[in-house]
Amino acid sequence: MNTVTESTSQSANVVVEHLRAWNPKAVAEVIQFRDETTIVVPRELLRATAARCREDAALQFNLLTDATCVDRYPVEPRFEMNYHLVSIPRSDKLRLRVRLSGSDPSVDSLIPVWPGANWLEREVFDLFGIRFNGHTDLRRILLPDDWEGHPLRRDYPVEGFRDVPSTGALFRKSTP
Amino acid sequence: MTTVETATGSAKTMVLNMGPQHPSTHGVLRILLELNGETVVSAVPDLGYLHTGIEKSCEDKTYSQAITLTDRIDYLSPLGNNLVYCLAVEKLLGLEIPKRAQYIRVMMVELQRISSHLVWLGTHAIDLGAMSVFLYCFREREEILKIFEMFAGQRMMTSYIRIGGVALEPPAGWREAVGRVLKMMPSRIDEYETLLTENRIWMARTKGVGYISPEDAVALSVTGPTLRAAGLAYDNRKFFPYSSYDEFDFNVPTRTESDCFARYMIRVAEMRESLKIIRQAMDKITNEGAIKTDAPGIVPPQREKMKTEMEALIYHFKIFTEGFSPAPGEAFVTIESPRGELGCFVASDGSPKPLRVHFRAPSFINLQSLPKLIVGQLLPDVIACIGTIDIVLGEVDR
Repeated sequence: MNTVTESTSQSANVVVEHLRAWNPKAVAEVIQFRDETTIVVPRELLRATAARCREDAALQFNLLTDATCVDRYPVEPRFEMNYHLVSIPRSDKLRLRVRLSGSDPSVDSLIPVWPGANWLEREVFDLFGIRFNGHTDLRRILLPDDWEGHPLRRDYPVEGFRDVPSTGALFRKSTP
Repeated sequence: MTTVETATGSAKTMVLNMGPQHPSTHGVLRILLELNGETVVSAVPDLGYLHTGIEKSCEDKTYSQAITLTDRIDYLSPLGNNLVYCLAVEKLLGLEIPKRAQYIRVMMVELQRISSHLVWLGTHAIDLGAMSVFLYCFREREEILKIFEMFAGQRMMTSYIRIGGVALEPPAGWREAVGRVLKMMPSRIDEYETLLTENRIWMARTKGVGYISPEDAVALSVTGPTLRAAGLAYDNRKFFPYSSYDEFDFNVPTRTESDCFARYMIRVAEMRESLKIIRQAMDKITNEGAIKTDAPGIVPPQREKMKTEMEALIYHFKIFTEGFSPAPGEAFVTIESPRGELGCFVASDGSPKPLRVHFRAPSFINLQSLPKLIVGQLLPDVIACIGTIDIVLGEVDR
């Protein structure tokens, strides 16, 4: 089998060292896998770390390209929020990760840092039920407003809860 | 159901419900527009009408089975979706793809980019009242779809790019067919430009309409032609090359006006650059060579081998019954789709089915900038602006 050899990119180390020098607590864990760097950040430090990644002249992660969640049910903490950052000036990538427990799935919203986080966080709220503190408009975005549950959670069946059909109340309300 | 609070007091505003069945929304997008006379005061997009839960369905399929679902995300660029998903799974597995297969992939996604831009140009022009461009664009697109049919057996939902390479050997006569498109396209693109670029109505409808500053565009995570029309040359093919794009010689067109006209010019220029890439890829694709990597247990074995070798038969059976299990971990890959940065995030827990598949859909994220483009503009400009960010609702809602 042809396999790509594992290697740790130099720039990733620079980013990690830079963040450590700023606040040693911000870097709880560093994961290197297939040339991708993941920095696990404590939940309460996420917004500050993200702002640092964006503002710091040596990092310049100016584009929040994606934010998504992974549910590792039944492992606790079950939720992992992954933020994928891109630095256009330095052409570099970084992933920030926050682990969230099933009993309190909430984390600070990143809208103050990147306004583009708005819909990304709404999507995660809609499909996973993660709450984003300080989000200005936390509504469902893909599913109807009267939908019950969060379908991308692992304990939600793929075919849905068939024995509980949609009542159609919302549809009736909107069509007089 | 999304509602809008209208302004009270002396300002007299009206709420207009645009869509979800409006033809210029290119699918089923609903926008609640608050209007003061004909000026847009606020706009709230309402989406989800095409949500089919593709990401959830992927979790219940093996890694290979999920490829057919990716076709249906952005139905104007199925090959791009196949590519980004396969690149992510290949990264997870640590597979290296033969050069010949990489060049075939590049050629196919560049043909796809042209066909997607043709649909965009045709529909955008028809939205703004230029009927004939639409017919010309679809005429040329048909020629490209014929090539896809030759290669994959399908015009639209190709599923041609597979984990470890491509599905089939290029068919007999493919060089002539692609050569015909290469020969035909430059003069046809000139033809569209003759019809539109210096057309006074076209200029009046698009110049100075839908401005977004480069700072706002980056802050709102906008990518693709919209970002490049604002002056930033951010293109994944140059920044994070995949499939040997670093071996190709092409330019990334940029402009600074950041209006609908600039985005039109960018896409037209991109079609010409794609032709350059296809020409180079054709030269690089040799007549002989592997189209799949040699990875037993992941890539299905050749038919002949299955009839002579016991192991090949066992692997074939295992791939199609149980699938394969990548090591636990995550991979995130981004490519430049016709609409912007298309990303795929795949997480494995070591089982034959993915723990999570997520698509970073450029249409969805670019659509977020729509209120920024249209607030303060006139109602007819809304149609120009929706067209110009080039959304595909299948991708927005997934």
